[in-house]
Amino acid sequence: MRLAAAARLWGPPGLLLTFALHPALCLRPARTAAPPHRDYCVLGAGPAGLQMAYFLQRAGRDYAVFERAPRPGSFFARYPRHRRLISINKRHTGKANAEFNLRHDWNSLLSHDPQLLFRHYSRAYFPDAGDMVRYLGDFADRLRLRVLYNTTIAHVTLDKDRQAWNGHYFILTDQTGQAHRCSVLLVATGLWVPNQVDFPGSEHVEGYESVSVDPKDFEGQNVLILGRGNSAFETAENILGVTNFIHMLSRSRVRLSWATHYVGDLRAINNGLLDTYQLKSLDGLLESDLTDLAVVKDHEGKFHITLKFFLEESNQSADAITLPQDDNDNFAMRVAYDRVIRCLGWKFDFSIFNKSLRLSSSGEFSKKYPLVKASYESKGSRGLFVLGTASHSVDYRKSAGGFIHGFRYTVRAVHRLLEHRHHHVPWPSTEHPISQLTNSIVRRVNEASGLYQMFSVLADVILLKENATAFEYLEEFPMQMLAQLETITGRKAQHGLFVINMEYGRNFSGPDKDVFFYDRSVGHTEDAWQSNFLHPVIYYYRHLPTEQEVRFRPADWALPRPTAIHHIVEDFLTDWTAPVGHILPLRRFLENCLDTDLRSFYAEAMKVGAAPLIITGLAAVTRQK
Amino acid sequence: MQRTAWKYYPRQQDHNTEQNREKSPACVQLQLMMSSSFNIFRVGISVVIMCIFYKSAVDSLSELSPQKYFSTLQPGKASLAYFCQADSPRTSIFLEELNEAITPLQDYGISVAKVNCVKEETSRYCGKEEDLMKAYLFRGNILLREFPTDVLFDVNAIVAHVLFALLFNEVKYITTLEDLQNIENALKGKANIAFSYVRAIGTPEHRAVMEAAFVYGTTYQFVLTTETALLESIGNEDIENAHLYFFHCKQVLDLTLQCRRTLMEQPLTTLNIHQFIKTMEAPLLTEVTEDPQQVSTVHLQLGLPLVFIVSQQATYEADRRTAEWVAWRLLGKAGVLLLLRDSLEVDIPQHSNVIFRRAEEGVPVEFLVLDDIDSLISHVESNVHIEEIQEDEDEDTKSPNMDVQDDEVAETVYRDRKRPLPLELTVELTEETFNTTVVASDSIVLFYAGWQAVSMAFLQSYIDLAIKLKGTSTMLLTRVNCADWSDLCTKQNVTEFPVVKMYKEGKNPVSYVGMLGTEDLLKFIQLSRISCPVNITSVQEAEEYLSGELYKDLISYSSVSVLGLFSPNMTTAKEDFTEAGNYLKGYAITGIYSEEDVLILSDKYAATLPALLLSRHKEGKIESIPLANSHAQDIIQIITNALLETFPEITVENLPIYLRLQKPLLILFSDGSINPQYKKAILMLVKEKHLDSLTPCWLNLKNTPVGRGILQSYFDTMPPLPLLVVVNLHSGGQVFAFPSDQAITEQNLLLWLKKLEAGLENHITILPAQEWKPPLPAYDFLSMMDAAASQHPTRKDPECTKEMDVQENDKKQHEDKSAIIKEPIETLRIKHWNRSNWFKEGEKSFRHDNKEL
Repeated sequence: MRLAAAARLWGPPGLLLTFALHPALCLRPARTAAPPHRDYCVLGAGPAGLQMAYFLQRAGRDYAVFERAPRPGSFFARYPRHRRLISINKRHTGKANAEFNLRHDWNSLLSHDPQLLFRHYSRAYFPDAGDMVRYLGDFADRLRLRVLYNTTIAHVTLDKDRQAWNGHYFILTDQTGQAHRCSVLLVATGLWVPNQVDFPGSEHVEGYESVSVDPKDFEGQNVLILGRGNSAFETAENILGVTNFIHMLSRSRVRLSWATHYVGDLRAINNGLLDTYQLKSLDGLLESDLTDLAVVKDHEGKFHITLKFFLEESNQSADAITLPQDDNDNFAMRVAYDRVIRCLGWKFDFSIFNKSLRLSSSGEFSKKYPLVKASYESKGSRGLFVLGTASHSVDYRKSAGGFIHGFRYTVRAVHRLLEHRHHHVPWPSTEHPISQLTNSIVRRVNEASGLYQMFSVLADVILLKENATAFEYLEEFPMQMLAQLETITGRKAQHGLFVINMEYGRNFSGPDKDVFFYDRSVGHTEDAWQSNFLHPVIYYYRHLPTEQEVRFRPADWALPRPTAIHHIVEDFLTDWTAPVGHILPLRRFLENCLDTDLRSFYAEAMKVGAAPLIITGLAAVTRQK
Repeated sequence: MQRTAWKYYPRQQDHNTEQNREKSPACVQLQLMMSSSFNIFRVGISVVIMCIFYKSAVDSLSELSPQKYFSTLQPGKASLAYFCQADSPRTSIFLEELNEAITPLQDYGISVAKVNCVKEETSRYCGKEEDLMKAYLFRGNILLREFPTDVLFDVNAIVAHVLFALLFNEVKYITTLEDLQNIENALKGKANIAFSYVRAIGTPEHRAVMEAAFVYGTTYQFVLTTETALLESIGNEDIENAHLYFFHCKQVLDLTLQCRRTLMEQPLTTLNIHQFIKTMEAPLLTEVTEDPQQVSTVHLQLGLPLVFIVSQQATYEADRRTAEWVAWRLLGKAGVLLLLRDSLEVDIPQHSNVIFRRAEEGVPVEFLVLDDIDSLISHVESNVHIEEIQEDEDEDTKSPNMDVQDDEVAETVYRDRKRPLPLELTVELTEETFNTTVVASDSIVLFYAGWQAVSMAFLQSYIDLAIKLKGTSTMLLTRVNCADWSDLCTKQNVTEFPVVKMYKEGKNPVSYVGMLGTEDLLKFIQLSRISCPVNITSVQEAEEYLSGELYKDLISYSSVSVLGLFSPNMTTAKEDFTEAGNYLKGYAITGIYSEEDVLILSDKYAATLPALLLSRHKEGKIESIPLANSHAQDIIQIITNALLETFPEITVENLPIYLRLQKPLLILFSDGSINPQYKKAILMLVKEKHLDSLTPCWLNLKNTPVGRGILQSYFDTMPPLPLLVVVNLHSGGQVFAFPSDQAITEQNLLLWLKKLEAGLENHITILPAQEWKPPLPAYDFLSMMDAAASQHPTRKDPECTKEMDVQENDKKQHEDKSAIIKEPIETLRIKHWNRSNWFKEGEKSFRHDNKEL
């Protein structure tokens, strides 16, 4: 707690003081029996862990980050195997606005230091993973984040205690048996356990995590790749030119990110194999459930694909096993393969969490993620938050919460929630007179990066004051928690509210949709609601929706049915400042929601009666002091 | 919310705005309200319309007795007569419409008459009762048809019905597909067919078709239907609109073949049908060997472009086939010609294969290189639409159009967007240069957003100020565009636009909160030159300060100088006063004196320390106010109130300051300067504290012409001036007028005010407690989405977003219409430009579906 007080005076002297105290704190447990306590413990010094550490440090909180590797970002030290990141590093946008530029910077973490922008670390549009490791290292060092390296947390349990913030402490035990007691646990361990499918012969399969990345090793080979994600295609891309052919096998059809606008789907930069497949080369894609398969190794060391079913039938020697082509002589995978490579992605490491934490997986469709609420808090234990890639169950296949350019904002949202919950710091907001309503919205929809990256997950909220003469503006609130807004933010929503979200058109995109259809863009303001590309949508509610209303909202709706809704028509330049096309319809919408007039007038015009007017009471000719 | 104070009438023209813009774009965000004025305006319009009808009724409808009428009928000539009772009202809706129909019917040689059935001359055409009256169509004296008047509901119905009856043989009315096929088969190889579908008989489209049939009925077989099933069976689903097809049957020699059909894509108006038929008559493809610039065809006369397919001998056959194909696809939209390059003397660029010539004269031809027929077609279509755009204009003005910019600030900024501002007179700051600049020199910083209208309007004033101050001020005028330097603005605590801050080295920036205009900002800058409060060091200096000598040049910006007097040991009081002074920096002249000899001053001005001395330079008066136990906030309040005048001239700019006092206004309306007698009388009343519950003020109609509008809304007619009224704005909204037959003297006024207070005076009007309403409705996207979800055709009608009852909604729409009409032409044009483009896009996709039939 002393720490918190010291760091509150933020600035260089405060910083020094903090670090002077820090070693003293660490020494304390050695002298006493109780495990050292920290208000906040962050697991993992990857991008999400460092991002949270940054916010905790800025707020002067008592925290520590536990990292098993000697440096931050150990995942990136190994992955992607072929070292090319597929997150774009757009160094030029033609704009000076730093907030806007973050819309096109997918690698930087949020900080106040303009030197800590990723564009200073790489010139490549698709940068090298090594640069990311270097960047994360610098981020931790320059900001002096408190990271305990070489500390592997092997076990996490709960210790019930009424005094604790959440009714219990989290006890973290490291590799040396040292325990750490934490009030709040922030899990940012990412997904790092490779997914494996168990089928007969799976021992013959090489994993993405260890397969050779040297194309020479694949010269003249027949290769079968299991999986259809970016790692599978990245692997294929690397060896496309040296193999005889590559077959790619997975349960589901390929999902192209430009059709789904989900960056986790197959990116065009990796899709060389699709190109050659469709241009009648020998490479190809197949769909089948991997769990039905079996791989048989013949006497020459080549691999044959058969069905698990055939193996169960009889227990024969390898060369005599029934193969599908015995019955069905044009079976697609009847050739023998030299290599079978598994590229099936990763999952969350549930193993270190004690059962008492009730940290479970997110269900059938996102098994690899732990189950969390829309506030990123575990459903099983209060005070346990999941950050970063592991928190992606909230917006899996929808938004960018599984990636740096998305979770840097959700981490900030979690931090704001914690600030209010434990330190009585309400969610940051700015208050404005109602005459600034249109301006506030236009400003944010044109520059806000959090809204843009975390579209339909984080939304801005405008809380109206009594009689709608003023309003409070809250940024980047997790919109699925709208019903709990008052408890989460500490702000009052008694007089109506607006929610500003960014959305794609409802029926625009999807795995099998043609997103380049003719006349796909909408230009007319009257048709704005049919906009297909990402565009701002403003919801107006007279009352804060209830939890029920949020949960049972109509299908396809991001939020419950509002009192009124406005779409700002999509814009090719994502520049929503056209006076007649964008701002005017927005003003009309706001005016009609509030039943008021939001126009501006010239005093000169009024003097001669050029404008029809009635001046009401305390008209704001001069803005009041 | 708040009560209505003053009313104004809507502007009729826009000429003021430009002028104002030039004068001073002092931009304010004044809340205004307009709905009640609209009502008045609407009534005005309908009166005008009534006059027009009445006038024509007098002029042209011949009124005859039955006998007289039948004697005028000529053999073979058609005539429409309305028989009515002689004593029936002279005007009715039907008669108005009939009047309208006179001229168009005369064009077709049909006369119109009103026959008065007088008792003596009964006719079998005269009905017994008023509502049985009918109109009859005669050819010669043979009755062709009789029409109940409700069938002839408007001028279109009258013309359509009459022509339909007369052209009974020329226009075949059919109901089934079989009928159509029979006619088609019968005419193959003989004549072409003009087949049209209208939603109902008597519609404007029906009239247009009949008018066309009157002209072309002998050349083409006209076929008409109102059956939606028939339209659908030939593959057109759009049953909401009328359609016309041209069946090219004449050239069909093989009876088993279907006639080619061309759908007319323009709306069915007489002119469009005429133009369409003309293009159908024109040769499909013309071969030319002349200069494309010289060629003339009927298409050009009809305002349609020409498309030349450039051919050469070697490829002639193939080119001709292509050209024919193109010609069919462009039928009705453009003329298609085949141009032989070999026999042409004019140079054509080597690679161009198509020449496009617009209908407008003097526009040079375009040489195009097009890869396929589709791109040729789309090129032509995108150029043809210019025609239709102009036709849309009428319709647009009828529906409330939300794309009209009704924010005058946004409108002028948009209009002037191409006029470059001399921005170089102010220094543009960036994230990198901001800190060094404001530390290095005293700076005014305008924080604005390039996309925001008020910001840009104020930027203009700011530049004007820079021009004014050029070379005279040490203050650096700078600006930051927050659209670019968002983080910088946030760091400087700027979250709204525009904001002006003054940075003086080593001190916290001071925000400017005055009017967004050159004059007020100048005042702020000038008054900020001195520290606030100024530290006065001697009694002599204090006297100079109080007399206005010390800051002579500033007196014109603030007519009051404030001096705080303290004993040297009154630390808290001094701190409070200093805080108040800091707060009022740029708005007031304040000074502080706390030397040992302060008693000399306090004795002289009869002040008890701590005290304030207020020196009113205009009046040459110095008063003192005790300050014991006053906190900074109280001191600010005291000084702010002291800055108010006791009997101010009210202007648009200062009104809100006086309204803030929350007292009823006692306003003397004066045409020109105020009579000193009246002023004296009122000042006397003020002095005697009779007016403490009121805010006395006066309004000069010469300086503030809008006062006239205010008076007109208080009284129905403009009352004689000068005039005194009490307006109780904050409670009740009553307006009381001082009797104009009494002289404005102290005594009369006092008497009147007493009566007023006692409730013995009647108010002349009560201002309605109207709120500040949205000027126009918004798009109701929610309903549109609902409609789409329930698979009904999407409704794009602009609707009010608010849930309100139907009646209110209706009323609103009416008001909106009148609002549109009074919009300045310029904004309308902007709107049309946008609209038309959108239409263009929308229609293009629509066309693709209906191409070949």
